[in-house]
Amino acid sequence: MSAMRGFVVKELRHILRDRQTLLILLLLPLAQVLLFGFALRTDVRGVRLVVVDPRPDAETLALRGRFAAGGLFRVIGVEATTAALAPRFQRGEADQAVVFEPGFGEKLAHEGRAQVLLITDATDPNTGATMQAYATAVVQRYEQEMASRAGPRGVRIVPETRMRFNPTLESVNLFVPGLIALVLTIVSALMSAISLSREKERGTLEVLLVSPLRPWEIIAGKVLPYLALGFANVLTVLAAAWFVFRVPFRGSVLLLLGESLLFIVTCLSLGTVIAAVTGSQRTAMIAALTGLMLPTTVLGGLLFPIDSMPAWLRPLTNVVPGKWFILISRGIMLKGVGLGELWQETAMLAGMTAVLLAAAVRAFRVRLG
Amino acid sequence: MSAGAAIEALGLTRRFGAFTAVDAITFSVGRGEVFGFLGANGAGKTTAIRMLIGVLAPTSGEARVAGRDVYAEAEEVKRRIGYMSQRFSLYEDLTVRENIALYGGIYGLTDEEIEARAGRLLESLGFTHAADGLVRSLPLGWRQKLAFSVAMIHQPEIVFLDEPTGGVDPITRRQFWEMIYAAAAGGTTVFVTTHYMDEAEYCDRVSIMVAGRIAALGTPDELKREFGAASIDEVFVRLARPDGGAQEAA
Amino acid sequence: MSAARARVPSTEDAVALDGVAKRFGEVRALDGISFTVAPGEIFGFIGPDGAGKTTLFRILTTLLVPDAGAARVLGLDVVRDLWALRRRVGYMPGRFSLYPDLSVQENVEFFASVFGTTLKAEYELIAPIYRQIEPFRERRAGALSGGMKQKLALCCALVHRPAILFLDEPTTGVDAVSRREFWDLLAELRAGGLTIVVSTPYMDEAGRCDRVALIAGGRILRIDAPGAIGAAYPLPLLAVRGPRRFELIQALRRHPHARSVFPFGDELHYTDDRAGADPAGVASEVAAHLASEGFAEARVEPAEAGIEDSFMALMEAPEGAAA
Repeated sequence: MSAMRGFVVKELRHILRDRQTLLILLLLPLAQVLLFGFALRTDVRGVRLVVVDPRPDAETLALRGRFAAGGLFRVIGVEATTAALAPRFQRGEADQAVVFEPGFGEKLAHEGRAQVLLITDATDPNTGATMQAYATAVVQRYEQEMASRAGPRGVRIVPETRMRFNPTLESVNLFVPGLIALVLTIVSALMSAISLSREKERGTLEVLLVSPLRPWEIIAGKVLPYLALGFANVLTVLAAAWFVFRVPFRGSVLLLLGESLLFIVTCLSLGTVIAAVTGSQRTAMIAALTGLMLPTTVLGGLLFPIDSMPAWLRPLTNVVPGKWFILISRGIMLKGVGLGELWQETAMLAGMTAVLLAAAVRAFRVRLG
Repeated sequence: MSAGAAIEALGLTRRFGAFTAVDAITFSVGRGEVFGFLGANGAGKTTAIRMLIGVLAPTSGEARVAGRDVYAEAEEVKRRIGYMSQRFSLYEDLTVRENIALYGGIYGLTDEEIEARAGRLLESLGFTHAADGLVRSLPLGWRQKLAFSVAMIHQPEIVFLDEPTGGVDPITRRQFWEMIYAAAAGGTTVFVTTHYMDEAEYCDRVSIMVAGRIAALGTPDELKREFGAASIDEVFVRLARPDGGAQEAA
Repeated sequence: MSAARARVPSTEDAVALDGVAKRFGEVRALDGISFTVAPGEIFGFIGPDGAGKTTLFRILTTLLVPDAGAARVLGLDVVRDLWALRRRVGYMPGRFSLYPDLSVQENVEFFASVFGTTLKAEYELIAPIYRQIEPFRERRAGALSGGMKQKLALCCALVHRPAILFLDEPTTGVDAVSRREFWDLLAELRAGGLTIVVSTPYMDEAGRCDRVALIAGGRILRIDAPGAIGAAYPLPLLAVRGPRRFELIQALRRHPHARSVFPFGDELHYTDDRAGADPAGVASEVAAHLASEGFAEARVEPAEAGIEDSFMALMEAPEGAAA
């Protein structure tokens, strides 16, 4: 028994004396709790609403006022026709639209019923359903208010609803683009991180350093071969999305492949930065996994809508490459948009790649110790 | 099998798939002997030692260490022997005292026994002032001497030393061997492997393994006479390359 | 500073170090190292682990920057001219640092390509060594024996025609026969004009160098040709043979003038503390002492000091040997 006691004591000492690992193992759960706690919001606020009101009258203005009040919705524009809606949805500017039929007020007064069309961006089926429920509730409350004033005939405002981009509210359509981003991030970053740190650990890096090879050549040599491997990953994951999960592919497949390639390079560069600054393969792996998996899942908008996160957390999400790729992949697959709408996100990825590669080359120490 | 031998191997064999690492070796080591177990890398030394200390089961043949069968009574064997290797001996992030206490505990010593023996050990090594420092901060030679003493803390009948003096400075190396002599004089059997051929001369008897078999066994003088060599180094060379040409180990 | 007998550095020296120091935190790995290596020499650093050999080699190959002092290799400064040096230097670090999952041939080809050449182009140059491993050229490097690995590493270090080779403990962990073969190869390379700087913990390998530097604890104890180092041993040295070695050592130590007694292979080396005394006289004195202790059959003779004897004497007198 005392042999085992001695052993347990020994293990405790190892744990306490390995400050680095101890820090990670104590701080990480705390960080996770904080991160999840703030980011985990499935309720929706500040829905960006576009109003289409061809012939504004007292009733439409009143109903519009109901939407504007209360903070749930944010009216970002008023249009006269529905023509302007499609691009706004495609660019991701609008979450929802309320379309009044012409002569809304008259119909209510004379016939006792009028129609209003609610269009919701259902790329995220959870928030889509929630937004639709909110909007429907607003309309119904107004209907009740009017009914109490109208008398025996009653008043009916009929909301017709449409879910854009994801009419059947398939959650797999939400997840799969995000999953692609997660898988590519982890695999690519891990690959390059492990490869570079393995070179260090084996001792072969020592021999490589005493050669004419420059840091950028070594780093490029570590990134390029994995491009092919990463691309193979993209193809298999997309094939799974298409054939198994039947995720729609409304946009250009070529564009998606191109963006995926760019994203892989971004992640590979991330991996080399991690390897350049960490000492051992083990540390590089831990850093890659914990540094990327959590933020990509939580902050990338994979599971929880970014718009629902607290204001101070939202800018942080811009640093996560996965976030941009999720926007791109969802845009192409579900909304069918092209480079015209996605050029900003693409530029962000390209810029991040350049910065990361430069950082990796800089961090790469030309000497030991 | 004679009852008095400390170590006895009879046709001890170990195969890994199609490859025979140790090929039916037979030898015995008497009590209190200093036995040198030599051989090139890849000759099967490490595999043989692993079988003798009870951590690797033989494929065939048998061996008895401290009177116990290494296959059937491996745990009994482990209890009666000490072990120290070049690659690992002590935990670097524990202090000297903590290492002693740990190994003492593992071998079932009481706290009082550990305390007493630790004190004597530290004094005889002259380490008392360094007792509460991490092993990591000790120079290599000190570490090896300390590891040897710790391997002996439970007063085993036999101690196995696997290249204990690799890379150590020449003075410490010899001081280490004086510790070995002192242990042997006290009745402990010492089974040691080494790459330093001059250390082979310090042993009572020596065996040389080549390609899984024992190619030579005897006192250093006997071997030198048998092979007409002036040193064990030369014996080694004659054995390893009998044809004089380049030879590639399996 | 030890009486290291360093020559005054000249511009033609292959290596010239002056007062190089390097510390890692609390530890002083190198403490005021100065020496020169002439072109075409085999220069050996003999010393145990922790002596500072690897740190020194890393400085010489531009992998580390010294905290103090100047270091020049092939006339270039190791700090400022690192890229120029990295083209011209061949390096074999302490442990096996090639790719175990690539074949013998693939490893050599890779290192050739990194330096802008090919195996084919340099075949004649490395042939004496490469031919020994060529039968195994398809085999994965990780599956080679220790001796073969060392030869492969040597090929990879040579394939780009370096002007100087730095080999850090190339024979550690390798069997005695392979060690000899390796040193034969080095002698051949030196015959071709290559300067070789090598480190080893094996004292007997010192004899294969033109000059050696004995190094311990980050300092150089002495620099000289191997034979001369032994010749400068400051005290009378005797070789003693006899049975019951352990008790014989104790008996010798009981002699009043015993400075040190150490086992050396099949004999014991006894060093007397009377500098300048006649060794033959000391020998008969010690023999008589042993006889009185019950070791009449012991044989006592004057002996010539070797590298190891000198190393140990210098280790025990850290601030310069008494000579």
